[in-house]
Amino acid sequence: MGLLGMDEGTRHILECLEEDARLSHEKIATLTGLSVDEVNKRIKEMEDSGVIRRYKTIVDWDLAGDENVYAIIELKVTLERNLGYQNLVNRLSKFPEVRSARLLSGQYDLSLTVCGKSMKEVAFFVAEKISTLEQVQHTATHFVLKTYKEDGIFLYEQEHTGRLVVTP
Amino acid sequence: MRNGCNPSDFISGVIQKVPPSGIRRYFDLASEIDDVISLGVGEPDFVTPWHIREACIHSLECGETSYTSNYGMIELREELSNYHSSAYGVSYDSNSEILVTSGVSEGLDLAIRAITNPGDEIIIPQPCYVAYVPAVMFSGGVPVMVTTKMENNFKLTPEELEAAITPRTKAVLMNYPNNPTGATMGKADLEAIADIVSEHDIMVISDEVYDCLTYNGGHSSFSSLDGMKERTILLNGFSKAYAMTGFRLAYAMAPPEIIAAMMLIHQYSMLCAPVTAQVGAIEALKNGMHEMKSMVRDYDRRRHLIVSGLNKIGLDCFEPKGAFYVFPSVSNTGLSSEAFAERLLNEQKVVTIPGNIFGDAGNGFLRCSYATSREEIEEALSRIEIFVNKL
Repeated sequence: MGLLGMDEGTRHILECLEEDARLSHEKIATLTGLSVDEVNKRIKEMEDSGVIRRYKTIVDWDLAGDENVYAIIELKVTLERNLGYQNLVNRLSKFPEVRSARLLSGQYDLSLTVCGKSMKEVAFFVAEKISTLEQVQHTATHFVLKTYKEDGIFLYEQEHTGRLVVTP
Repeated sequence: MRNGCNPSDFISGVIQKVPPSGIRRYFDLASEIDDVISLGVGEPDFVTPWHIREACIHSLECGETSYTSNYGMIELREELSNYHSSAYGVSYDSNSEILVTSGVSEGLDLAIRAITNPGDEIIIPQPCYVAYVPAVMFSGGVPVMVTTKMENNFKLTPEELEAAITPRTKAVLMNYPNNPTGATMGKADLEAIADIVSEHDIMVISDEVYDCLTYNGGHSSFSSLDGMKERTILLNGFSKAYAMTGFRLAYAMAPPEIIAAMMLIHQYSMLCAPVTAQVGAIEALKNGMHEMKSMVRDYDRRRHLIVSGLNKIGLDCFEPKGAFYVFPSVSNTGLSSEAFAERLLNEQKVVTIPGNIFGDAGNGFLRCSYATSREEIEEALSRIEIFVNKL
């Protein structure tokens, strides 16, 4: 689908859903000027083709009182002959503790976000499960102290300036 | 004991003839009520994109606080020239054909004063922005109103224009996309106007401040029409497209002789537009396109929401193709524009602007701005529905 380009209507649908995944298809139809059938059809196509991966909620876990600890782990790796990054990433990503995995340019090769119950648990996870992998040369663990913005959403109150109620 | 005086005796006769702004009264009425939802705001609800604000902050940190060229910073004029040539295929010389002004409001005043002798007639299609008629009166000109109609989607027709032209006509003041109706005029519509303009040898002042806010097809700029560059004073600014209303930054593009005349007034009245705002405008033109287009898509979705909502309630409105206003008719409710707006405000706390504030042609209509959040639009629509159903 991406290869075929995207028209304005589809972009509108995706922007609506990215902002609020719970919007009904009827509401999306109103906002885009498309028919409900057309919206249903396009969303189904994008779900099937993987353009829309899933619908999820951005949670401020700190505010919810969750005690989880997050860390960003940078990995320097050596690649095996004939096997690219995919093989290693596949092994790493299967751990539920690994919340995201990215290939990076620059000094390190991979970046993982790892979640655990405590700093100790995360540190042991990295030491036992990641560093011990043959292809992993070096790791650097950065614990997340506070998240200010997640996926484009601020996790703190924004300053608000009012407009006049009537202007020409 | 010295003689007392009555200060009002000193007010000029020209100013005394200008009626007070009707919008002022709505501001006062709405300000007295708490928790209103306002569809009465003629400015974006977005804050200026951060990269633009950040560029202004940096410029202040660097101590960029002096006057600029009277014409405006050359870098800004060059960016403007590039923008117009790539967007509309019209080339304006950055040295002699562009003047940076403090808002389109200033540009409008300069344009009218530059070409109007006392008694000259300026044709103004209505409904129109509230400043047009007073601006003509300030210059001693005579505003000649033309009523555009809902059945024509509030476009100016060549017949309406021609019927208003007299030997004293100096110019027609166009504003498409239009405040308050949201009407747009496509290339073919404008070509028909251009024929009349050229036949009767008049100028066009074209306020295109909403040029970026068009939906379903791009904007046609008047000066891009064959032979029209030399007859057009083009006014545009950063307020609407880049959510920069408070920066007061805009520009005029016109033939060198006209820009020189406008510049004479500008240099002795305004001197130059604020430097910090000019820096922000340069940043907007260089790097602001992406975020601007994303804001426009957001307006487009709200436009669909409010048009379908109002039509469902039974307040007929044509589908506006530009700006961020809808202009529903309230005539089938039996109420006048003013009565409808005032009762809606008092009974349901929703602010709208009665159409007659934008000229008699707006009688029987309301201006509703959708430059407000989707949640507020939805809440306003449900309150309007309750109000209409009770009538």
